[in-house]
Amino acid sequence: MKKLSEFAIGESGVVKKVTAEGRIKRRLFDMGVTPSARIYLRKKAPFGDPIEINVRGYELTLRIAEAECVEMEENV
Amino acid sequence: MKKFALAGNPNSGKTTLFNVLTGSTAHVGNWPGVTVDKREGVYKKSSEPVSIVDLPGIYSLSPYTPEEVISRNYILDEKPDCVINIVDVTNLERNLYLTTQLMEIDVPVVVALNMVDMLEKNGDKIDEKQLEKRLGLPVVKVSALKGTGVEQLMEVAIAQSDLKRKGETVLKECDINHLISDVERALIGHEIENSLFHSIKLIEGDELEIKMHPATVKMVEEFKKTFSNQLFGNDLEALIADARYRYITANYSPLLIKKQKGIAITPSDKADRVLTHKWFGIPIFLVILFGMFHLTFGEDFLYLSKIFTLPTLEELGYADNFGTALLACLYDGAVFSPGVILFNLMGLITETLFGFITDVIANLGASPAIVSFVGDGVLGGLGGVLSFVPQIVFLLLLLSILEDSGYMARVAFILDRIFRKFGVSGRAFIPMIMGFGCSIPAMINTRTLADEREKTMTIRTIPFFSCGAKLPILAAVSGAVGTFLGVDGGLISLCMYVLGMTVAVISIILMRNTTQRGEISPFIMELPAYRMPSGKALMIHLWDKTKHYIQKVFTVILVSTIAIWFLSNFNWKWQFLMEEVDGVMVNLRMDESILGSIGMLIQPLFTPLGFGSQLNSNGWVFAVAAITGLIAKENVISTFGALAACVAGGMVATEEGVSEVLAVMGSVGVPLTQLWPAMIAFIVFNMTTIPCFAAVAAAKGETPKGKFKWTLLFWLASSFIAGTITYVVLSVWWTAFIFVAILVAILVGIYYNNKRLLKKENKNG
Repeated sequence: MKKLSEFAIGESGVVKKVTAEGRIKRRLFDMGVTPSARIYLRKKAPFGDPIEINVRGYELTLRIAEAECVEMEENV
Repeated sequence: MKKFALAGNPNSGKTTLFNVLTGSTAHVGNWPGVTVDKREGVYKKSSEPVSIVDLPGIYSLSPYTPEEVISRNYILDEKPDCVINIVDVTNLERNLYLTTQLMEIDVPVVVALNMVDMLEKNGDKIDEKQLEKRLGLPVVKVSALKGTGVEQLMEVAIAQSDLKRKGETVLKECDINHLISDVERALIGHEIENSLFHSIKLIEGDELEIKMHPATVKMVEEFKKTFSNQLFGNDLEALIADARYRYITANYSPLLIKKQKGIAITPSDKADRVLTHKWFGIPIFLVILFGMFHLTFGEDFLYLSKIFTLPTLEELGYADNFGTALLACLYDGAVFSPGVILFNLMGLITETLFGFITDVIANLGASPAIVSFVGDGVLGGLGGVLSFVPQIVFLLLLLSILEDSGYMARVAFILDRIFRKFGVSGRAFIPMIMGFGCSIPAMINTRTLADEREKTMTIRTIPFFSCGAKLPILAAVSGAVGTFLGVDGGLISLCMYVLGMTVAVISIILMRNTTQRGEISPFIMELPAYRMPSGKALMIHLWDKTKHYIQKVFTVILVSTIAIWFLSNFNWKWQFLMEEVDGVMVNLRMDESILGSIGMLIQPLFTPLGFGSQLNSNGWVFAVAAITGLIAKENVISTFGALAACVAGGMVATEEGVSEVLAVMGSVGVPLTQLWPAMIAFIVFNMTTIPCFAAVAAAKGETPKGKFKWTLLFWLASSFIAGTITYVVLSVWWTAFIFVAILVAILVGIYYNNKRLLKKENKNG
């Protein structure tokens, strides 16, 4: 099991589970980070945090701390 | 009149569509109780006019942001005749997520499919007929930017508004469809409108719904006890959000036929590679920032006068007439940047016009007091502020371009890490930069910050980012001190800017660890694709920013300059203090005025800052300048001008106020070696204290409830502390070590206190 926060630039995978709580969970879901969504890690900001991902055809940014709540299936 | 509501995601072209529909009829107000813009207008091209309300841009109808709550309450309570849901087809899945929520409300919904032209340009296709069928909602292709398809959209919407529509949901096939129909039946039993929407929100555990329908909540809770889904357990909120997206991917996404499979590299991505580059991202941002300020405030455009020897107009032998004055707005020994040219032109226009008005009044035989009141009190004050307006608007235009192009979101992205160290998210930086132009639009811009604490801290620190109106104080006082010390005044100004930012950082750290304790707000944000800003949308956004500024200029500042004129030209016995010297009206007895006596009264307060009691009988001028600065920072130097005439005797006409300041400094009878630290402290005080009245009014509107009076107190405290430290350190240099030690001690104290609190939390949790 790998978390989104552990992804390298250019790596992609499919969301397995979102473990966040409360408004962070709701926000992630509303923005389309739901199980079975395909995510591509586009880039990292200077200093490695936050990260930019491509999900559902658009660019989304989130912090490493938030990406830790997204469990991924690799190489799918 | 029928009313329609426009709903859609941020960056979907909603505001542009709204403007195309309503044109000049649009006006902006506030939603009741919150600082979110409410745009309303009328569509007139149909047989009957239709009122249109632009709802705030939202991704969902959940109750987490004020925008979402406003939108859903508007649709549920105000019952618009039709909802036009604008959908950005280049971002179909996420945009339709909102559509699947809107369709659950019992209201006619028409989908406006925007940016189809962009899609087709990429060689992609959308089967909108099929989409219409599967959504069960009419779909109309539009281009908000070009204005195509808009009339057809309105025709369809008007036709739909005559029909009744029952809410529909895409959740019929998921695990909890029985629960939805059971809850809905219960709500219908209670005669509740929009039963489908409410039942689904209730199942999601939506805070607002639980309060509204406490009787029915039990039903959901009972169900949750026995229900367990493989992926989500009994987390129904997650299950529903997931089911929506699953439905969208299965039924709607295939209708979009993409030429290129997988993740395409768009021109926007290529631009992003450079602009948010790991190493170059931050330097590029700094260059853009510098360029922006150089374009607005640069007195030496592109530093041409450093490269070429450029003569002044006087050296070129131009006669002193209006034509030369006009030319001098563009060039005088150096080419001015666009912002400065605007400033000069506006200054020339107001000066000429107001001079003419004053002459006319004088020639009509008005008394000298009235002429002075109109000339100095009303028009003089107004002119001083008005000349700033075009320059500030120009800066706001540049900022709007950066915002509309999508770059500002990237700035937040690249700076978030650094700012988080201090205790705010990267988004807070945008209003702070705007503070360099004018605090008012900057404070209005804090609306984009979701977290209350972050908003409070940002509003409080905005004045420390020295605004355009404080520039004259910096230029004049730094110039005067620089002349005495033999240092370039510009260098002193630069140090003052850095000092202001340092005070901002320190106060954010202190607030975050004391009164504004709490988690930093989440940073889950869309990075919209880079776009060429469209002129139309740019003007709408610019006007949103400018209108508050102009309103404040014409109300707060105008009234207060008039008040200042009265207070400084009358004594307590209401005797007029001005007299005629060489045909000019001057007030040589300002020390007797009401303002003067107030200045003398509060003069001792400034003793720790070096410009209080130690400056003897003429020291009150600084106190007076500080008071007039509260009204508008532009006043500080013009007050010096007036006071120089009074305390130093006679008029001292000058460039940039340097000689006024020198005259005042010379008049207090304290050796300049002792005085200059006080002068620097005076700048620091003005930079970190309560901003001008207009900005205070803006802060009052934007700060969360109950925080406003503390904000005022915070500004007073910060300016006295920063001013005192500056004065003491500059007078006796080694005291710097003491202050550094105190700061370190405070930081260490905070560190250990945080550790203790963390331990406590862990024990309790």
